[in-house]
Amino acid sequence: MPDTFVSDRLARRKLRHVHERFIESALFLAASVSVLTTVGIVVILLKESFVFFQHVSIWNFLTDTQWTPLFSDAHYGILPLLSGTLVSSAVALTVAIPLGTIIAIYLSEFAPFSVREVAKPFLELLGGVPTIVYGYFALLFVTPLIQKIYPELPGFNILSAGLVMGVMIIPYVSSVSEDAMHAVPMSLREGSYAMGATRFQTAIRVVTPAAFSGITAAYILGISRAVGETMILAVAAGMQPNLTWNPLEPAATITAYIVQVALGDLPHGSIGYQTIFAAGLTLALLTLLFNLLGHVLRKRFRQAY
Amino acid sequence: MSEQTERVRKIRQLIAAHKRWDLFFSMLGLMALMVGVLTFTALFAQMVVDGLPRLSPDFFTSFPSRKPEQAGILSAWVGSILVMIVTAATAVPLGVGAGIYLEEYAPKNWVTDLIEINVTNLAGIPSIVYGLLALGLFVYQFGLGQSIATAGLTLGLLILPVVILATREAIRSIPAAIREGAYALGATKWQTTSHHILPYSLPGIMTGAIIGMARAIGETAPVITIGALTFIAFLPPPPVKAEAPFVSLEWLMSPFTVMPIQMFNWTSRPEAAFHHNAAAAGLVLVVMTLSMNAIAIYIRYRLRKRIKW
Repeated sequence: MPDTFVSDRLARRKLRHVHERFIESALFLAASVSVLTTVGIVVILLKESFVFFQHVSIWNFLTDTQWTPLFSDAHYGILPLLSGTLVSSAVALTVAIPLGTIIAIYLSEFAPFSVREVAKPFLELLGGVPTIVYGYFALLFVTPLIQKIYPELPGFNILSAGLVMGVMIIPYVSSVSEDAMHAVPMSLREGSYAMGATRFQTAIRVVTPAAFSGITAAYILGISRAVGETMILAVAAGMQPNLTWNPLEPAATITAYIVQVALGDLPHGSIGYQTIFAAGLTLALLTLLFNLLGHVLRKRFRQAY
Repeated sequence: MSEQTERVRKIRQLIAAHKRWDLFFSMLGLMALMVGVLTFTALFAQMVVDGLPRLSPDFFTSFPSRKPEQAGILSAWVGSILVMIVTAATAVPLGVGAGIYLEEYAPKNWVTDLIEINVTNLAGIPSIVYGLLALGLFVYQFGLGQSIATAGLTLGLLILPVVILATREAIRSIPAAIREGAYALGATKWQTTSHHILPYSLPGIMTGAIIGMARAIGETAPVITIGALTFIAFLPPPPVKAEAPFVSLEWLMSPFTVMPIQMFNWTSRPEAAFHHNAAAAGLVLVVMTLSMNAIAIYIRYRLRKRIKW
């Protein structure tokens, strides 16, 4: 035996080290794609909007009450699109937040095991239906249905689009809220029951307040979904910008406008092409605003156990 | 004495009143669930009534047409499948890689924090904004044009957070003892990961990937935003060819349409005959996404039952 015996395995260690390093860097690159995506979104939106805002002053953009960028008499006021977005989201959230919360409380505190096992996958499926299908449903089922009760309703309107969007958002609100309630420790419930509280009292006065920060997160997710929803509105609410707060009227949203422009054939670099980036920037800022609000609320109401 | 029975009676009444609230809320919860069930039933019924008569074999083998009775979804379903291939090829390796990095490799520092916050925030960005990113970046900067590659990459980025979160959750549920065992036998980090962590977390990863794909196949807005055409009466070039090297990637750069866009196009026409086509296309689309979701839910259900550490 030679006096400097080096194990074969030890000799391979150096190579192994290089190999490991290489894999780690590759995995790191994969992880950084998400950061690059965010950077890409910010850069693209800002860059194209910057060109747009050299033609149109920000003041004009925010205060003009007409949005007619494709007409010869062009106006670039975001307000009509913003009102459409806000009204449709409000309609959707009036449906989704109460129903989603009730379903979450019911599934987490009341429902027997068998109901839970069926309801949860079902809700997931409901959230998995493509939004274009919901759009079709809003336009060709819900609108005619409401027209039977209220015949003056126009064929395109915010109401039916918003209602259907609300049902679409229910699963998002209910599943996140329910997870939050599930995370509330059993001892809190047991304490409440031991004091003689009923299920309802425990659910409303103990579990819901304890899970409030998670429930807020669910609401914020619902709001983001509503504000960013595109196809239901593009199909069922019409594509005509309309500065209104009345859900019975047709109105285009920010997202519907982007779709409308994309369907046409606008040359790259034209002012019409840049408007969709300005609209997209507004949408992104709106979602960011709600997310920040949610973050503040969550911090405020967070309870640690 | 009678005063005491009176008090007991009042307490009993109070308890009964509270119990009624319990019952009332149970009913309310069931009713809220019923809203979802009824909506889904109405939606499905409407599409079946409207669309089922149009679902003939011809419908799957015809191109769109100006005549509603002759129109079909051939270019749409072929386009959808090709786009999904690119999406899967983008989102699965990147998402699984990122998930492994964050769970197994990432040091605790600000870069990791940044990536984590980013992944959470990306999940909340409206899908149409991804469309704008793709329009500015892939279509014009990279010069990929309005092609299958652009659409696939866009949807891949869109579902990346879903895949990352699913991967992380699957990895996190593996007990530390497995890792410790592997390290104790002298395995390196990558050996531990590729021989143990990855195989055990595979069902969870697959669930996430399938749910992400089901979402991507129904996405309309970002694909419209990049400028996909709504009327395509030809198929992309085939991926195989007669001469060497037998594989052709020409289809990646081909113009295309996908199922949801075809459905949107038919829905937004005024003629009722096209609405029947839209219903039929919607039925195909819903069956596709729902069966993908059902497969994912089933895998997860089996996983929960089978694996006990």
